[in-house]
Amino acid sequence: MKILVVDDFSTMRRIVKNLLRDLGFTNIDEADDGNTGLPKLQSGNFDFLITDWNMPGMTGIDLLKAVRADPSLAKLPVLMVTAESKREQIIEAAQAGVNGYVVKPFTATTLEEKINKIFERVEA
Amino acid sequence: MGVAMGQAERIEQARALVLELEAGNEPEVRRLIDAIGDGGGGELFQEIGRLTRELHEAISGFLLDERIAELASREMPDASERLNHVISMTEKSADRTLTAVEQGIPLTEELTDHSGRLAEQWGRFVERRMSVEEFRSLSDELARFLELTGSHATRLHGHLTEVLMAQDFQDLTGQIIRQVITLLQDVEGKLVHLVRISGNRAPAQRQDCGRLEGPVVPGIDQGDVVNGQDDVDDLLSSLGF
Repeated sequence: MKILVVDDFSTMRRIVKNLLRDLGFTNIDEADDGNTGLPKLQSGNFDFLITDWNMPGMTGIDLLKAVRADPSLAKLPVLMVTAESKREQIIEAAQAGVNGYVVKPFTATTLEEKINKIFERVEA
Repeated sequence: MGVAMGQAERIEQARALVLELEAGNEPEVRRLIDAIGDGGGGELFQEIGRLTRELHEAISGFLLDERIAELASREMPDASERLNHVISMTEKSADRTLTAVEQGIPLTEELTDHSGRLAEQWGRFVERRMSVEEFRSLSDELARFLELTGSHATRLHGHLTEVLMAQDFQDLTGQIIRQVITLLQDVEGKLVHLVRISGNRAPAQRQDCGRLEGPVVPGIDQGDVVNGQDDVDDLLSSLGF
């Protein structure tokens, strides 16, 4: 299971990476925005994407849309982990094809729950 | 005003004006024009004149206010610098904490693994399902485990102290942020004053959909935001998730 974590703050990436490692995921790569994340996704056989929304350069929602528009990535499960918490934004992300949405600040349990749920649905 | 002035009187004044004009009597011409014009406009002009003067004085006073110059030239750039310092201090603290935690986690994992193996062997010993040979190896392993526990506990204590010390930013960033808040309140006061002397009302809040709101801040109206993860889950499930 190869996972890409995209967030512009390195501390957030470290937190997410550590939580993922606790959940047994060790093959993790990082990127600091959509512009660096998308090429990694396109060339790297990733199984899962966790992305922030608000990032300089390419935002998470644009990255999500780019992923869904790319035939080789269209089915990639995407979890958004973000401080953006307006209803219209959550609806926008849902319409763009997000698989899960976690608002910051979040707990380790919430992250685990959402990840498990996404994989259950993907496998079903 | 105009109504009070009879038609005959106005014709009279007009004739007088023509005569004075022909005679080239400039001061009298002016007086007569003012008298004729006073059918309503004079007072208004005077009032506009007074307001213009007041506005001019207020704006010059505002520009001469040394505090404004100081705010613009020194304190605002200072404030940005201070806030950047807050970002770097909090980032450094987060890094120190994360490093300490990342170094501590493997120690706990090692202890968990080792104690698990010992517990299994100890169980067999208690149930007397263990040979003398095995018991000898168990007691060696116990001795190693006790040593490991002691040294790992000491190292963990060091990492926890590091986490503790990494929180020392809070006091400093708190002070800096409070200074910036005071500055903002000062600027706000000056801006309110400027809006007042220009006679405009504050513009209605702009609705800007393209802007990202960022984290929810208690007490700040950020529009239709969800209240925590449960709300997000409810909203998503209402959308068929």
